[in-house]
Amino acid sequence: MSSVEQALAGPSVSRRLRRAPWHGRLHGSERAWALAFLVPYAAVFLAFVVYPVAYGLWMARDPSLYGELIANPLYARTVVNTALYVGLGVNVMMFLALLLSGFFMRRRWWIKALLPVFILPWALPAIPAFVSFHWMLIGEEGLINSLLALLGVQGPLWFHDRQLAVASNVVAYMWKWMPFWTLTFLAGRTAIPQEIYEAADVDGAGGFRRFADVVLPLLGNLYLVCTLLCTLWTIGDFTTVALVSEGAPAYSSDVLATLGFHYSFEAAQPSLGVAAVLSALPVLIPITILLMRALETREVQL
Amino acid sequence: MGTLTSGPIRRPRGRLRRVFVEAASVALVAVLLLWSLTPVYNMLLIALDPDEGDIEFEGIIWPPDPSLHSFHTVFTQGYWLVADFWRQLGNSFFIAVVTMVLTVVIGSLASFALSRMRMRHGWWLVNAPLLTYAVPASFLVIPFSRLMVTYGLTNSLWAIVVANVTFATPYAILILRQYATLIPIELDEAARVDGASPVQILRRVYLPLMAPALAAVGTFALLLAWNEYLYQYVLLSSTRNMTVAVAIAQFFNTDEAPWNYMMATAIIYAMPPIVIFYALRRFMAAGLTRGALKG
Repeated sequence: MSSVEQALAGPSVSRRLRRAPWHGRLHGSERAWALAFLVPYAAVFLAFVVYPVAYGLWMARDPSLYGELIANPLYARTVVNTALYVGLGVNVMMFLALLLSGFFMRRRWWIKALLPVFILPWALPAIPAFVSFHWMLIGEEGLINSLLALLGVQGPLWFHDRQLAVASNVVAYMWKWMPFWTLTFLAGRTAIPQEIYEAADVDGAGGFRRFADVVLPLLGNLYLVCTLLCTLWTIGDFTTVALVSEGAPAYSSDVLATLGFHYSFEAAQPSLGVAAVLSALPVLIPITILLMRALETREVQL
Repeated sequence: MGTLTSGPIRRPRGRLRRVFVEAASVALVAVLLLWSLTPVYNMLLIALDPDEGDIEFEGIIWPPDPSLHSFHTVFTQGYWLVADFWRQLGNSFFIAVVTMVLTVVIGSLASFALSRMRMRHGWWLVNAPLLTYAVPASFLVIPFSRLMVTYGLTNSLWAIVVANVTFATPYAILILRQYATLIPIELDEAARVDGASPVQILRRVYLPLMAPALAAVGTFALLLAWNEYLYQYVLLSSTRNMTVAVAIAQFFNTDEAPWNYMMATAIIYAMPPIVIFYALRRFMAAGLTRGALKG
C-alpha cells in the first residue's frame, strides 16, 4: 500500500483542519508572504489563461461567424460527433473503470499481476498509441482485419464509414484513459474501511447489494467529480481524433477541437475556428460550476 | 472474507459459485490482456519489419522476418526523417523536465498559501485554477499561438513549457490542496509559536510532509508534457526545434514514409515515460480520492 493510499485511509486529524487554518486573519509579513506565494500562479493564470481566453472571445466576437457555422452542415455533424464522442467515451469508460476497480480489489496474485499490464496504455504516450491504433485499423489489412480474416470474417473499412470512425475514436480514447480512472477508483475503494465490507458480508449482502449499498454511496461523489473532470477533458480532446481517424471520411468524424484546427490552420479562417470551439462554452461553463460545487460539498463535510 | 460467512450447509452451492467466479475472472483477465496489449503488439509488428514498411497492407499478424534494423536506423539518424532524432529527443526531455519543475514549484507555493494560510477572497482564489478547465487547452491554441508572437516566443520550446504549465498547475493545486488536509494544522501552529516564518514552515514542515503528493503531481506534469501534441505541432516550426512527437507526425506528411522507422521512433519515444511511470507508480492516481469518502 502506498503512502498516499495510507494517508487516504488515514486518521481523522483532517477534520479539525477546516476549522482553524492559521488562526484569525493574516497580518503584516504573513499576508505579504501568502500573496508572494500566489504571485507565480496568478501570473501564469493572467498571462496564459485570462489573456488568451479574452483574446479568443475578441477574435470570435462577430455574430455573423456563428451564422456561418450554423449554416455549414459540417458544423452540425461535428457537434453531433462531439456529443457522441463525449457521451459514450466518458460514461462507458467511467462505468467500466468503476467495475474494473472492483475486480482489481480481488486478492488473487494473477489479478495483481495483471494490473501493471493493464495500466500500460496510460503510461504509453498518446502519439505512439494513437498512431498504432490508426495503423491497426487502416486499410483492408491492418492488424485487426488480419485477425478477423483468420476467423474467416471480412473486416470493414473502418475509416470509410462515419459511425465506425467515430466508434474507433471512442474505443481508442477509452483504451488510453480507462487505466487512469480505474486506478483512481481503486484508490477510492482501498480507502473504504475493511470493516464496512465485513459488516455487509455478515449481513449477507451479495455482490450486487454490496455494490449498490456500500460502494456507490461511498464513492458517489468521487464518481461525480471524476466524471465531470473527464467530461471537460474529453470535450477538449484533440489528439485522439487527429491521429486515429484523422476526421476521415472527409471530415465527417471530426470533433469540435479538430474542426477548429482545420478551420484555423488549413482553411486559414482562424476567427471561424475560434468561434467553432468557443460555441462549446454554454456546455463547458455549467459543467465547471457543477465540478466546483461537487468539490466544495466534499470539503464542507470534511 | 467469504470463507468465514458461508456456513457448512451452504457449502456445495458456494463452491460451485466460487468455481464460476474464478472461471469468469480468468476469462476477464484474458480479455483485458488482449485489450491492453494488442495496440502495443501492433507497434512492434510494424517496427520489426526490415523492409521500409508496407507491412500494414500485407495482412500478416506475425513479422515474417523480424529485425532491429529500423531501431538501428533511428539511433544512428540514418534517414532524413529521423536526421535530428537525438536533438528532438533532447527537446522533448527539456520540455518535460522544465514543465515538471515549474508545475511542482508553482503548485506547491500556491497550494501552501491556499490551504495553510487564511486568505481573504479565498473562495475565488481556490476556484480560479478550476476555471482553467472551462476552456480546454485545444480550444485556446489559436489565440495562444497569436500571443506567443506578442510575447516573442515563436518557435521556442519555452512556449510549449508555459502552455503545459498553464494546464498542469490547476490539477496540481487541486491534488496538493486535498493532500494537505492530511497534515495536521497543529504542526504549522507549533512551528509558528516557535517563531518560524511562513517560508520556514513551508520548507521544514509542509514540503517534506507533502513529498508523496509532490511526486504524484510531478509525474502527472511529466506525462502531460510527454502526451501533449497539439501545441508542439502548432508552435514549433523548425526541424531542429521540433520534438519527437511532432517528428512522428511528420511521417504522415510525406508520400514515401517508411512506417517501420516511424514505429521504431514511436517505441523509443514511449520508453522514458514508461520507465519513470513504473518507478513512481505507487505515488500516482491516488490524489483525487483524498477525502472522497466523506462526501
